[in-house]
Amino acid sequence: MARKILLENIDIPGIKDYEVYRKNGGYRAVEKAIKTMTPDEIVEQVKTSGIRGRGGAGFPMGLKWSFIDKKSGKPRHLVVNADESEPGTFKDRFLMEHIPHLLIEGAIISSFALEANLSYIYIRGEYMWVFKILEKAIKEAYANGWLGKNILGTGYNLDLYVHCGAGAYICGEETALIESLEGKRGNPRIKPPFPAVSGLWSEPTVVNNVESISAVSWIVNNSGEEYAKIGLGKSTGTKLISASGHIKNPGVYEIEMGMTVDEFMNSDQYLGGMIDDRPLKAFIPGGSSVPILPANYIFKTANGEDRLMTYESLADGGFTTGSSMGSGGFIVYNDSACVVRNTWNFSRFYHHESCGQCSPCREGTGWMEKILERIENGHGRQEDIDLLWDIQSKIEGNTICPLGDAAAWPVAAAIRHFREEFEYHVRFPERIKNRNHFVNEPMEKVRHLLSL
Amino acid sequence: MEKKEYNQEINITEELMARINEFIGHYPEGKKKSAMLPVLHAVQDAHDNWLSVPLMNKVAKILEVHPIEVYEVVTFYTMFNQHPRGKYTFEFCRTSCCSIRGGEDMLDYACNKLGIKEGGTTEDGMFSVVGTECLGACGYGPMLQLGDFYHEHLTEEKFDALVEDCKQGKIKLD
Repeated sequence: MARKILLENIDIPGIKDYEVYRKNGGYRAVEKAIKTMTPDEIVEQVKTSGIRGRGGAGFPMGLKWSFIDKKSGKPRHLVVNADESEPGTFKDRFLMEHIPHLLIEGAIISSFALEANLSYIYIRGEYMWVFKILEKAIKEAYANGWLGKNILGTGYNLDLYVHCGAGAYICGEETALIESLEGKRGNPRIKPPFPAVSGLWSEPTVVNNVESISAVSWIVNNSGEEYAKIGLGKSTGTKLISASGHIKNPGVYEIEMGMTVDEFMNSDQYLGGMIDDRPLKAFIPGGSSVPILPANYIFKTANGEDRLMTYESLADGGFTTGSSMGSGGFIVYNDSACVVRNTWNFSRFYHHESCGQCSPCREGTGWMEKILERIENGHGRQEDIDLLWDIQSKIEGNTICPLGDAAAWPVAAAIRHFREEFEYHVRFPERIKNRNHFVNEPMEKVRHLLSL
Repeated sequence: MEKKEYNQEINITEELMARINEFIGHYPEGKKKSAMLPVLHAVQDAHDNWLSVPLMNKVAKILEVHPIEVYEVVTFYTMFNQHPRGKYTFEFCRTSCCSIRGGEDMLDYACNKLGIKEGGTTEDGMFSVVGTECLGACGYGPMLQLGDFYHEHLTEEKFDALVEDCKQGKIKLD
């Protein structure tokens, strides 16, 4: 289960630099792709690999590529989404910081497959030092003939540039990202038309996550069939997991999909169990937008099967007893975490990041933040919990982009699984006074108090 | 409340103009506007980390767009400042993952140490403290951003040392 694809060479000293990267087999895949394969053959390989988009939605990448409009004759573009801003996620930064050429190599092959001659990497503005790392790496790639005119004498031209955002979570949504790349506010567009038909400057565009594009070199070198053998069922390949929260070893891990959540969370090779050996209370497997799960649904699904690190198993039980792989932002909470405070924290985030285009999201996220703030601070009313439920249900599905859903789901899941904690906050405000005052008594006692 | 007026000296140096033109060159003919975000970053960095209206107007001229197109971008993105900030602006992440590892406590500590409120600037214009949303360092919290760099696994002692280094001019911002 310790199979590595993306991080295989990460420990080689100097792998960040072109020379070392090249000596260790770097850019071999570009040679193979451009000299011996046709663009359609590469798209087929990616389809066969079964790789699913690693940004959060999990859409099959080969299928997405096959939608790009090659008939209209308009210029095409690949845009790599490096706007990583989902709370709990910091894997793309790790890749770009430590092995930038892996992304550039993948971007060249992917652009060739899409028959694009002008591509961009859109990186969030806060990662400014990583922006400079990428700028340097791209210069090295130009200097060595991997980018520019007539690459490897094949007649293929490609320009690749890095573009920076300026602090807006919404720009991780692909159409908002395109707007931002056009020099505008990050307001998502109504789909259809999809970017594959009308994207950047109304030209056919594919937007893919950093981790997805970084896997392309391996697929070209080893074939899509080989990639599909890794992992489990429809969750092929490896996945980067960003682990944070109350665990012994936070950080970025590459895992072969199919490992049990138990092994990932508790083995010393991975997260090493809980810090201070306090009990596990809850976890979020895929970044702040996906439902939080209580301890009893973490290691086992509702059917009593082992919960696995795959798209299917993490989603087992739907939103009632399951969650989602999302972006792989794995956040672990022990009993000192307050679910109400945490949900308020997330709602503040979504309120702050809403672009303001759709009223359910613009207004709803603000209301949720305010109501959660008053519950957390001891001014909640009994009807507030139902009101929260009502608001979140009216945001979900009623907005142009998925930010509305992403703001609604964490609130819904928190109420679904931790309603007692909300009621406890409302009925016994004197027991929850500030951020250090979590539910500091056994749940049996909480239940007893609530039953009185 | 009395409204403060700030003046900003605009100085587009040759070096800055070269950087601006480099960015503009990344986009096809007629798509100068696409360079908006990278250009605003470069211009802001060269002007004490904020963008006054005259400076935004100047950027509009360079990019050949209407001033409103620059204003709407500057007001949308949180990294662009419309008012002066401290020379050293500590931006603390306070979203969940950092928060449960003490992010909000670190933010309070910084405010108390510097004698300012969240969002405020010290009177000498040296330091600002701001609470921000997720910066993508979730496994390494508590953390702060200072200039182009992250300072992670913060403790009170580390923060004290950082402030001292800033005072002595030892800290690089880009």
